[in-house]
Amino acid sequence: MTEIIIAGIGQTSVGEHWNISLRSLALQAIQIAIQDSGGLKPQALYVGNMLAANISRQAHLGALLADFAGLTGIEAETVEAGGASGGAALRQGYLAIASGLVDVVLVVGAEKFTDVIGPDLEVALATTIDADYESIHGMTLTTQAALLAQRYMHENHIPVDGLAGFPLTAHANGAGNKNAMYRKAITLDDYLKADTVSDPLNLYDVAPNADGAAALMLTRRELLPKDFPHPIVRLAASTIASDTLSLAERNDLLWFAAAQASVEQAFQKASITREQVDLFEYYDAFSIFAAMSLEAAGFGPRGQGWKLAGDGSIARSGQLPCATQGGLKARGNPGGATGIYQAVEAVDQLRGQAGVNQIYGARTALIQCLGGPGSIAVTHILESIE
Amino acid sequence: MEIPRHWRLRQQRYGLIGELCPHCDTKIFPPRDICPACGHEAKTSFAFSGRGEVFSFTTIYEAPTGFEETAPYTVALVKLEEGPMVTAQLTDLGDDKPEIGMPVEMITRRLHSDGDERGMLIYGYKFRPSMKAV
Repeated sequence: MTEIIIAGIGQTSVGEHWNISLRSLALQAIQIAIQDSGGLKPQALYVGNMLAANISRQAHLGALLADFAGLTGIEAETVEAGGASGGAALRQGYLAIASGLVDVVLVVGAEKFTDVIGPDLEVALATTIDADYESIHGMTLTTQAALLAQRYMHENHIPVDGLAGFPLTAHANGAGNKNAMYRKAITLDDYLKADTVSDPLNLYDVAPNADGAAALMLTRRELLPKDFPHPIVRLAASTIASDTLSLAERNDLLWFAAAQASVEQAFQKASITREQVDLFEYYDAFSIFAAMSLEAAGFGPRGQGWKLAGDGSIARSGQLPCATQGGLKARGNPGGATGIYQAVEAVDQLRGQAGVNQIYGARTALIQCLGGPGSIAVTHILESIE
Repeated sequence: MEIPRHWRLRQQRYGLIGELCPHCDTKIFPPRDICPACGHEAKTSFAFSGRGEVFSFTTIYEAPTGFEETAPYTVALVKLEEGPMVTAQLTDLGDDKPEIGMPVEMITRRLHSDGDERGMLIYGYKFRPSMKAV
């Protein structure tokens, strides 16, 4: 079986890049990734993007970015799967290399959320939920998460600070990531005093929407440059599963079935057990998503995932470090770039170049991004090779 | 203006018309033509009673464009007595605080305006606390 290698990584800082366009942001990440790969030449470009057609009035990003990056002529297209667009683009890259038809793939995730502000961004984000039966009632992505959290806290008798450990962990880790949007640890007191966004969620339960771009170069192991300068990291599994788009149509509201399915398929594909996972980059767009993702991945019993945040299990020194570079909450949530950031951060960990946030001896990383409340779940497993 | 899009949903918006699976008797809302329970074709129309209870709820303070005039407003997942769950706003709460398990019933209200002051007003279902006989 072909070994698919992440040969190059690149990222911009995540934040409000008012003075940088979508194409320029993407180019920065692309250039870093190509250079990091030792100058490999991509034959195909897959772009992960969520909302550029809506918020930047720009669709057709494949042609735009291939041209802007000086790669005119290569295969190029956009992959969209809501908030999971980045992970879905990586999956396309994986398939292309695995098929044997493409030797070197460039995957870039890019998003410019600050091209619109406030209520207009909420509307744009709500185009990723059910238009006929959800957003017409004033539902947003945040509302969906709040409805999940309300029911989850009710059924499991969770105290008001029960989810606090997720943003606390994320911000503690974001402090050590120079590309993170928020680089300051927060206290439980900060959490308890924060304004309510959509009850029971407060400001710290909701990851900030931000601008960012991240890129990956993929190839087969035998095609790596002879003087390849990094420890080798391979993609051991790449899986996607789907659930209902509309939250109301779930058989079981409090279970991320797609997340569970994609994780189980990924463990099987990579031939590893959950005990071998050294770190988990989950999709904490909302703290409730983190709790439910931990449960779906089997790291805690149903209804108990929130306890892993309170007892230190997900801290860098814990049994299962999560959001090791700040997660969506502190690094920021750049939409269709998020899944690529997760991969870049995992490669940094597996190469041993994660700086003060390094998880010592990390060999195996699980990363997962979600479109909506687990309507799509994309899971990848990354492994360092001796 | 998105007149056709709203017009073609008028049965659902004003009448809570879904479907009944002729194979396994599952009640379906919104209509989807293939029964989610048994996977067979299900195109028999079925009018829901509009009665149900609050399964979950939340109040939105920062409304998306088109909903600012109604903010803050409360969105709920309402479990209909026939089985399905629907997403809808709660209205006419008065002094009642929304809570899980609260009995509610459907009522037709304005959902939102499409922005322009001469623009279309879109009506549809919301849910209010169930009226009790005195």
